[in-house]
Amino acid sequence: MNARGLLTLLVLGGLLWMSVAYLEFDTDGLFTLATLASFGRYVAQFFPPDTSGPFLIKLWSGTLETLAISALATLLAAIAGLLIAVPAAGRFGLAPRLAARFVLNALRSVPELVFAALMVIAAGLGPFPGTLALALHTTGVLGRLFAEALENTPREPAEALLHAGSPRIAAFCYGTLPNVLPQCVAYALYRWEINIRMAAVLGFVGAGGLGQMLHVSLSLFQQQQACAVILAMLAIVMLVDEASALLRRRLA
Amino acid sequence: MQLSAAAPLPARRDPAALPRLALTLLALAALWPALRITEFNPAVLFEPGNADTMARFLRQFVPPATAPDFLRLVGRSTLETLAIANVGIALAFLIAFPLSLLTSNALSKSAIGPARDWRARRALRYPGRALLIFLRGIPELVWALLFVRAVGLGPTAGVLALAITYGGMLGKVYAEIYESSATQPARALMQAGAGRLQAFFYGVLPVALPEMVSYTVYRWECAVRASVIMGFVGAGGLGQQLELSMRMLNGAEACTILLTFLLLVLLADAVSALFRRWLA
Amino acid sequence: MDTPLAAHAQDLSLVHEGGRIALDAISFSVRAGERVAIIGPSGAGKTTLLQLCTTALRQSSGTLALLGEDPWALGAGARRRLRRRIGLIHQSPPLPPRQRVVTAVLAGRLGAWSLSRALASLAYPADVEGARAALARVDLSDRVYDRCDRLSGGQAQRVGIARVLYQQPELILADEPVSALDPALSNYTVSVLVDEARVRNVTLIASLHAVDLALAHFPRVIGLRDGRVAFDLPTAAVDEARLESLYAQEGVLPVQGRELTLPRVRTPRAVRCN
Repeated sequence: MNARGLLTLLVLGGLLWMSVAYLEFDTDGLFTLATLASFGRYVAQFFPPDTSGPFLIKLWSGTLETLAISALATLLAAIAGLLIAVPAAGRFGLAPRLAARFVLNALRSVPELVFAALMVIAAGLGPFPGTLALALHTTGVLGRLFAEALENTPREPAEALLHAGSPRIAAFCYGTLPNVLPQCVAYALYRWEINIRMAAVLGFVGAGGLGQMLHVSLSLFQQQQACAVILAMLAIVMLVDEASALLRRRLA
Repeated sequence: MQLSAAAPLPARRDPAALPRLALTLLALAALWPALRITEFNPAVLFEPGNADTMARFLRQFVPPATAPDFLRLVGRSTLETLAIANVGIALAFLIAFPLSLLTSNALSKSAIGPARDWRARRALRYPGRALLIFLRGIPELVWALLFVRAVGLGPTAGVLALAITYGGMLGKVYAEIYESSATQPARALMQAGAGRLQAFFYGVLPVALPEMVSYTVYRWECAVRASVIMGFVGAGGLGQQLELSMRMLNGAEACTILLTFLLLVLLADAVSALFRRWLA
Repeated sequence: MDTPLAAHAQDLSLVHEGGRIALDAISFSVRAGERVAIIGPSGAGKTTLLQLCTTALRQSSGTLALLGEDPWALGAGARRRLRRRIGLIHQSPPLPPRQRVVTAVLAGRLGAWSLSRALASLAYPADVEGARAALARVDLSDRVYDRCDRLSGGQAQRVGIARVLYQQPELILADEPVSALDPALSNYTVSVLVDEARVRNVTLIASLHAVDLALAHFPRVIGLRDGRVAFDLPTAAVDEARLESLYAQEGVLPVQGRELTLPRVRTPRAVRCN
């Protein structure tokens, strides 16, 4: 434990102390027996989860909705991201590069939830604004990843085709795209996995899927239904985790 | 002049044609129901009512709200967000650390020979792993929502939600770090007769510490972002302010808060990079 | 002679950034339908000259007219159409690893295809028979659907040749097109290129490392050394003395891809190994 480590610990400890103080934690109120008891009662209301037939059907369609939102959003984002990535990689000059990079940074800095709230204003409630919101944010993320992949890819194949008289777009598709496409697909799949989790929660602001179901059931104090929705979310996340681990082992 | 003596080849069809066609048809078959389920309809964006509201909201973005009272409020919310992230990560670490010790294979005595307490260890390891998966699997926003219902609006809900989800993530990654970098020193020490904790502190920790710190700092950066998002459902900080402003359709305030958020994220990025370099 | 000039260089120079002179006031003329070999030691500027002729590089000074036009005085569209008529066989063809051979060969005619046909061909190759025919001439027709990263160096080189054969340009440029092939195959492949030029009555300018290949297949030889033209003669007039002075700094005379390093004698001799 050297001096640097000790200093780090002291600084971190100090920051932590300040944070706790700032939040004015009502620790006395939080951990009294009465509070814990009421918390326990609240949790108990969640069990057993609602597994009635009609609700299970709603749950199933909510799951499909969540999966559809995430898949469509990722697909749209991949296409849009690739289109914006070409100028962002500098293929059209400096000014377009800066503009494209700015757009991508703006898109990926705004959290999906904020986009969802914005989209709900623009398009009402339902899965459509959720899809748009996820697509917008993911375009920023994928666009940046694609642009980096494009920058790191050799230019010679496309240039050789240009020197043989090929038009620019064809040279790109025949010379550059085959090199970056596998990487782009990998990024998109990885992002889809994350988006499934995100799509499940976007519903909180009314953007469809399991999240909206959860919000509704909590608002209506139907804790048992809420519990079923949470379990469904957990199941999806675990399934996607396993599936992607399997896929990665197969492809590696 | 013919160099090869092979017989002329029969005309062969493109071997990739059928799989490609099948894949395309499959994708199209999946696309149609997806479009229907998500009620994909770009025309909705241009419906008069919606377009007006959106346009009005966006027009208010410029200029962003700069009243001193509001800026003070935003400043306080930003500090609150940072505080939520700090305390949340600290609690997450307290949850993750013991769980990682419990579940990591690096400290497995059974790997080097029969251990007396192997039944007890296994009885602890699997539930430990299941707990980590459960903590990680439920999105932090769901935890935040639940805690808001349970303990009320405000930063407490955010801190608890962060502590739980990030505890799960940190626990899993710590366990993997032990296994990938420090299994050998730990086993060597245990073979020489050291107990598990001793093996950990003398064998594992020195090797694993840099990676652990690096990942924890990265998670802190994510926590700052997550705190804002959780605030959106009432867990305090900048996010809660943003939700209020958007609910009031106050575009100017929303714009200020969004800009603050962007600055905050950039700051966290810079601090995290600096910190990691300072430690290296 | 009324035959138009396929390539005409006048005081052509290329100076790299940093001052290194790659080509120094080169002048030559190649008439349409001629077959010319360029030989010279490593670093003489053979590749640079060919890159200038395919408009991959731009000269620092001097004039270069290709197929009767100054490429850099043209607009972008006209330059593209000019490039379509010129084809370069790379020494090491830049083929995308995961691309299939058939697509790589068909890419030779991208300059002539419409965009929709080009894009459609990515999904399903538009002219498999044409590609197969081009590959058959370099003895690779059984690898039509293989991926380019499954090929050996020599096979990849031949795919590059097939691509230019499929392109059917009026001016064929070749940059050490058989460097990765064994003696028998390289002899055969050079003769394929020469046949192509003769049958279609197009120009062929090829740089070759193996001197005997150049002398055997081409009626005219240009020797480059240190970025300058050392000699520009019909093959019959090229004697051993000239060759030795051309390769003097290397001390060996490259033949059929095999080089013999001789003990340091003042006049290195060429030893033919067949």
